[in-house]
Amino acid sequence: MSEMREQVRAYIVDNFLFGDDNGLEDSTSFLESGMIDSTGILEVISYLEEQFAIKVHDDELIPENLDSVGNIVGFLGTKMAAA
Amino acid sequence: MCGIAGILKPGPEPQQLVARMIAAMRHRGPDETGIYVDDHVALGHARLSIIGLADGTQPIGNEDGTLWIVFNGEIFNYPALKVDLEKRGHSIRTGTDTEIIVHMYEEYGPDCLRHLNGQFAFAIWDSRQETLFLARDRVGIRPLHYCRAGDRFLFASEIKALFVDPSVTRELDTRALSQVFTVWTTLTPTTVFKDVYELPPGHFMLLDKRGMVRMEPFWSIPYVPPGAREPASLEHATEQLRELLLDAIRIRLRADVPVGAYLSGGLDSSIITALISGHFNNNLRTFSIGFKEQAFDETPYQQMMVEHLGTDHSRLLIDNGDIRENFPAVVRHCEKPILRTAPVPMYLLSRLVRENNFKVVLTGEGADEVFAGYNIFKEAKIRQFWSKNPGSAFRPLLLERLYPYIFKNPARARTYLRKFFAVTAGSAADPIFSHRIRWGNTGKNSTFFSSRVMAELGSYQPETDVLHALPADFGDRDMLSRAQTLEMEIFLSNYLLSSQGDRVAMGNSLELRVPFLDYRVIEFAMKLPPQWKLKVLKEKFILKKTFGALIPDEIVSRPKHPYRAPIRDVFFGGGDGYAHEYLSEGNLKKTGYFNPLKTRNLVNRFIKDDRFVESETQNMALIGILSTQILHEQYIENFFAQSVQPVAVDKIIDRRKAKT
Repeated sequence: MSEMREQVRAYIVDNFLFGDDNGLEDSTSFLESGMIDSTGILEVISYLEEQFAIKVHDDELIPENLDSVGNIVGFLGTKMAAA
Repeated sequence: MCGIAGILKPGPEPQQLVARMIAAMRHRGPDETGIYVDDHVALGHARLSIIGLADGTQPIGNEDGTLWIVFNGEIFNYPALKVDLEKRGHSIRTGTDTEIIVHMYEEYGPDCLRHLNGQFAFAIWDSRQETLFLARDRVGIRPLHYCRAGDRFLFASEIKALFVDPSVTRELDTRALSQVFTVWTTLTPTTVFKDVYELPPGHFMLLDKRGMVRMEPFWSIPYVPPGAREPASLEHATEQLRELLLDAIRIRLRADVPVGAYLSGGLDSSIITALISGHFNNNLRTFSIGFKEQAFDETPYQQMMVEHLGTDHSRLLIDNGDIRENFPAVVRHCEKPILRTAPVPMYLLSRLVRENNFKVVLTGEGADEVFAGYNIFKEAKIRQFWSKNPGSAFRPLLLERLYPYIFKNPARARTYLRKFFAVTAGSAADPIFSHRIRWGNTGKNSTFFSSRVMAELGSYQPETDVLHALPADFGDRDMLSRAQTLEMEIFLSNYLLSSQGDRVAMGNSLELRVPFLDYRVIEFAMKLPPQWKLKVLKEKFILKKTFGALIPDEIVSRPKHPYRAPIRDVFFGGGDGYAHEYLSEGNLKKTGYFNPLKTRNLVNRFIKDDRFVESETQNMALIGILSTQILHEQYIENFFAQSVQPVAVDKIIDRRKAKT
């Protein structure tokens, strides 16, 4: 789990914070902090699908699953346990 | 159309300095030059001859040689003003609009500006009162900059002319950078250079030998409250619009040289071209640009108009390499960082026109602002409608109609996008409600600033400056007039009319004329009920209703088609790799504006295939950083003030008591 967390976090820091992880907590909301914009979230989804070999369904595209590092890690855990 | 420059209290060798200022912007006026000097002032002029070819050499004085003018632009209603002045006893010696301004000022003082219909920036020296009067047209079609250096006050059409005085400091202003990286351009009167200002559109400034006496607006974008709006019917309004726009075009065809027109393939330039062809010139020359990359190419629509009207047309086909090669030259002409490459095609188009020996073209610029053509107006309308019932599941669905390319797969991103555009009850009362999302989104690119710039900025937010400059009742106005005013005050004069207008056209000595921005057309449009401009979600409704029949249906009904260069292919797809050089760690550290690590990560997103996703915000970040770096090199690091040689002067008026 912690490896997955590090992977997700590194991806977000590299691609949306351009290497500056200052201020990114597990619970930081991507939308509220303005870190990830409307097109960005689609990119995050593609990354998750590819990297973790999962399929994200339309009804799973909700902030509770995807709006912070913590939410993503939780969501991944559920998805991978179900797989 | 020309370049003007001047110095109050010029010190020793005034003639030399002003001739060097003119030399720095000779592209604005390659035909003739002139200088006026006395013991207090020096005025300089570089002329692009368009009206009064034989007798229009500037500076021009009044009857007794006490008032002297240098003038850039056109006064389109000068024949009517001339009749009035002659009745009042003025004797007019030349056939120019320039001389008319001098006599108008003599007759009416600063109030003369209210009578002028045109695009202008000028300076009048009153040698009796020893005052200098500077003025700029209502919406800022022509530029005028100024600064102080010690005792001296300097002004010029372009900033580079101020910089030939080595005592003028050259430094980028961090707040101005923050403005560009948030609202897409600087906020007047700021320029991106510290302590260099622009005279705001629709303003005049009066100075005496001690300095500024006053600066005042003579016009502002009108707001007409609902009760005072044009009560006539829509039919009546279309009739008025037809007459007004025809007259705006008629007076803009006045020139002693041939006048052509741009044809983009969109609605606005098609209307202008159709009206010229139909009413004034059935042998019109038109010009357009096409892209070898088909995604941006509008050639088929241009061709449709050419065949429809039978104009004599020239087209230039360009590709990514042309954008790349000309980008640095365009930054030099724009004199500010830009977030898009769209000024480059406009620069190449003006070159095409000039190569065909035309000095003047009419364009369709301004219709989107005046008649509500932009999506941001619709976005504001939908979000306001949504904010009246924030819980509604249906209201935000309208946004999907507006941005089909964002909502390509609506089900996938719906929850997120709604949150992005989210409104709360009452949020529409925010005076800048229409633009806050856009600016907030672009403003995220401030993350690329270096720690030094961030520290200097502290808590500075450009939005606060915008809010402070607005009239007290602004938040009470209807949403469309608020959004239109913000577009016109900020984006129109400082980007569209400059970086995509005057600067890139004058870079090739070409004058643009913009009938949609005749102040009578603007005043008319601002009097209309909002729903006649934006009817439900149909943009430019009254414009299409009035002129749609003149133009093929395919053009009237086609969606907007803005040029967005494929950034990766343009800057990282070939050529000499100058983008890599400007964005290298070493160069970023040297200039000190941007964080090298973050910029490298940004660049990596463009050049590494597995990370590349097209994002408009990131495109703007990249072009903004690149153009800032180029600007620094051109104007801070490698600008050699002393190496600009004085221009050879055709007309010298020397009124100094002790001549050197």
